Amino acid sequence: MKRLRFNQQEIVFAVFAVLFLAFSIFLRGFLTPENMLTLLQNVAVLGILGLAMAIVVIGRGIDISLIAALAVPPGLVLQMVQNGHSLPAALVTAVLLTIAFGLVNGWLIAYAEVPSLFATLATGLLLAGLGQAALFQLDVVQWSDGMKGFERLGQGTILGIPTSIVMFAIACVVVAFLLRQTRWGAYIYAIGDNPYAARVTGIPSRPIIVLQYVVAALIGCFAGLVMAASVNSMPTRIFNSTLIYDVILVVVLGGIGLSGGRGGVLNVIIGTLLIGTMLNGMTIMDISYAGQNLVKGVVLLLAVITDSFLNPRNEETAQQGDI
Amino acid sequence: MRDTLTSLRYRYWPDHLLGEILSKRWTETAIPVILLLIVGFALSRSIDHFLSPSSLADTARQAGEIGFIGLGMALVVIVGGIDLSVGSIFALTDFCALYLLDVLNWPVPAVVVATLICGALLGAVNGVLIGYLRLRAFITTLITLIIYRSAFDLLIQRYSNSIAAAFPDIPSWNFIGGGDVFGIPSVAIVYIAIAIFGHIFMTRLRPGWHITAIGGSRRSAYNSGIPVRRTIALCYVASGVLTSIAALFFAARLGTVGGDIGVGLEVIVLTATVLGGITLGGGKGSVAKSLVGVLIVLLITNGLTTLNARGGINRMALAGILLVAAMVDIRWQKNRTRIISKVYVAPTYHALPPPPATEIGQGGPFEQNDKLRDVELIGLGRIEAPEDVILDRNNNLYAGSRHGDIIRFHAPDYQRMEVFAHIGGQPLGMAFDRQDNLYVCIGGMGLYRITPDGTVEKATDETNRSMHSVNDDSRLRLADDLDITDDGLIFFSEATVRYEMDEWPIDGLEARGNGRIICYDTKTGATHTALRGLKFPNGICVASDGVSILFAETFGCSIKRLWFAGPKKGQVEVVMDNLPGYPDNINLASDGNYWLALVGMRSPSLDLAWKMPGFRRRMAKRVPVDEWLFPNINTGCVVKFNEQGKILESFWDLRGENHPMITSMREHRGYLYLGGIMNNRIGRYKLENADPNFVQYDKRWGKLS
Repeated sequence: MKRLRFNQQEIVFAVFAVLFLAFSIFLRGFLTPENMLTLLQNVAVLGILGLAMAIVVIGRGIDISLIAALAVPPGLVLQMVQNGHSLPAALVTAVLLTIAFGLVNGWLIAYAEVPSLFATLATGLLLAGLGQAALFQLDVVQWSDGMKGFERLGQGTILGIPTSIVMFAIACVVVAFLLRQTRWGAYIYAIGDNPYAARVTGIPSRPIIVLQYVVAALIGCFAGLVMAASVNSMPTRIFNSTLIYDVILVVVLGGIGLSGGRGGVLNVIIGTLLIGTMLNGMTIMDISYAGQNLVKGVVLLLAVITDSFLNPRNEETAQQGDI
Repeated sequence: MRDTLTSLRYRYWPDHLLGEILSKRWTETAIPVILLLIVGFALSRSIDHFLSPSSLADTARQAGEIGFIGLGMALVVIVGGIDLSVGSIFALTDFCALYLLDVLNWPVPAVVVATLICGALLGAVNGVLIGYLRLRAFITTLITLIIYRSAFDLLIQRYSNSIAAAFPDIPSWNFIGGGDVFGIPSVAIVYIAIAIFGHIFMTRLRPGWHITAIGGSRRSAYNSGIPVRRTIALCYVASGVLTSIAALFFAARLGTVGGDIGVGLEVIVLTATVLGGITLGGGKGSVAKSLVGVLIVLLITNGLTTLNARGGINRMALAGILLVAAMVDIRWQKNRTRIISKVYVAPTYHALPPPPATEIGQGGPFEQNDKLRDVELIGLGRIEAPEDVILDRNNNLYAGSRHGDIIRFHAPDYQRMEVFAHIGGQPLGMAFDRQDNLYVCIGGMGLYRITPDGTVEKATDETNRSMHSVNDDSRLRLADDLDITDDGLIFFSEATVRYEMDEWPIDGLEARGNGRIICYDTKTGATHTALRGLKFPNGICVASDGVSILFAETFGCSIKRLWFAGPKKGQVEVVMDNLPGYPDNINLASDGNYWLALVGMRSPSLDLAWKMPGFRRRMAKRVPVDEWLFPNINTGCVVKFNEQGKILESFWDLRGENHPMITSMREHRGYLYLGGIMNNRIGRYKLENADPNFVQYDKRWGKLS
């Protein structure tokens, strides 16, 4: 079993290489500099979200509300600047909103013991509804003059590398550091591996779970800012899209088992590359949005089935009612 | 002054009701129902024509459609899963029905059948993945949600125009969509039929029980031989079929395939399910809960739409309700037993004056002595828990045992013992009637009769249910002691209606009048409650006048007299109160007086605690049961008293070695036989100055010729 789990990374990487090679050879317009830029930029946001999801999944949870965290607080930044507030004030407000949102998620899951899938499904709706009802005037929040300079977060290059890729890299380094080099990173792995054992050994599991969701929401907000900067607007209806499934796909395909306690940043990078290539190839092949979703869904299903065979759920620690 | 206030507050404020209401199963359905009434009332106030027939019929149609999906969701949630793909299945089957009808021009029955099959197949995909491959229900149905949705999107891109162009005018199709019978919409009729079947299925039929069992504990269900995987798979199939029924009605009603059909439907249905009180994680739920939840959610969303709320507010309302309902449900399911056990014990104010002295040298009738030190022991180590002892005309000795037997010791030496009758529950008080039938009060079972040849018959195990009681008090929980009048009425005490046999000391902690005296008529077989509100009524003995009984209130520390016939019928009179201990059984003495066992002596600490109900309630909430302050039942004595309530004599075993506790005593031919519910022996004490020929039942019923 252990050998297989390591193999999964390699398999996914091989699939990615084959896919990339095939697309480069057979798809006209795939291996062009412009397309590579688009691919990497799309992938960057997805990858940052994947990191957020990875933290939660490693801790045996899941965060469906990431897209709300991606859309609403950055949208709020744009809206506030549009309404005449200063950029720092808007950013602080957005970060506070994100932290509050993460705290609500974490509290519901750790203290009220609502299953994570369920809690984040509802809180995501809540935050999106809040944005729709109270915060935004239009579904797409436009860039305004006050945001000047901020677009460099998502556009242009640093040392010849597109900025969004640099942002993804920075996020990767930070998350890798948090997961591997800090104590609470080790706690997350312990909680994901066996929450009861973690609690018995004296790990403050509830605060750590809250922390997971706060960090995940902050990373989601960061991804949203990068996205908004790269497209110069915030399309808040992105919440209704299937982006969250792409994120789950990244994590699961990358080899982070949904049963928790396994995987790391490397898995996210591999998963991101594969999904990015796949989506980009399908776009070039001019497969319709619905068709793309169908393919994604089937791939995700196969990935989850494979995951359930490679990382079977631990029946001893699976909670009753853990759906 | 303060004591008066406390006593008034505890006399009139029904503390005990909260625990009793919470332990009822219907509270879990009652809360959503109350919520529904509140929502309905609020909306009917704020929206005009909310309760008009056309508006109601419209609501009923929508409720019917969502109700079907709600039933499917309830089923999969009860089996321990979740089905998020219902919205997409709804859209796909809606498309299927319209495509077959409008484009392929199939006849309506064929369309109906094909749509149901389509729903079943879509559900079967979920079922196979979750039931047989054991994937996580949430993530799996989330994925099938996208797959089905994108399939639907692809399909309507091709066919929406041809569907929109067709206007089928088929009477049966129109009836499905808009018909009614006596004003009741067609969909509501079908829903009611399926809901009734679903209720019977879940509560009365084997597969329904299997579903609940799997949801309760999948592993235990598997171990007990239930086909877990198949049952789970079939639940998802059923969910698909029910969703396709809803889609059929929807298709017939509107006849269009918009792109957003069924989007977000899963959240609405899930909210309804959780709000109705169907526990996430499985094992609990009912059809009624599903219906109530659907109605609440529908009223709220329709109300918000009517009030022109923005889309975001609708979303927030749904999500907020979902979260709160899930949270309340999860906390309640987790802490239900703990909460109930904390609030169930409801102590009340019970003040007693200082007890009469019992110490040596203080004088008085209760002065301790060591008369019982020299009792003979019968059946030492061979009998357990003889609460009551009794002797028949042939001098044989009978006693109950903890194992649910009546043990008989044979005269004259009481060495030979046998199981006279096996009953099953613990025998407490006993009495012989005129025909030598032995009537026995069995804790937890009721009043039983054992004929001289050892046949066990039930006399009664229920009485009339009182109107004001929340707990069902028609069943007898703790029948304790009895006596039989000359007319064949059996008066027996039921110590408490709030606790089971093994929890009886908690009733003492509560010190509420939870007990009652019940009368069973051997001639008619009828049972009725003679007197209620007594503090642990225990021993009962018919008084010498033949028209009244003497009874002991253990935690009332008193002996009272109840007239059941004659001029004072129905009246109650105190014979003795403020006893220094807790009185138990009462029996006749040979000199016309009465024997009374004191099962334990009062202690200053409990006497004080009885005046402090708040203290006892805090103790019951915060301290584990085995550290509670309980009545002392380790040392006691036997006293003799007369009908005027004067104590004549007392018998103690100071060191408690030979006869540690006493719950009952019988005088027979110059000896006193002693029983105790914690003892492993029966004591036999030689009485001085007693009638050596006294046989209780010869005296009561006359000697057999």
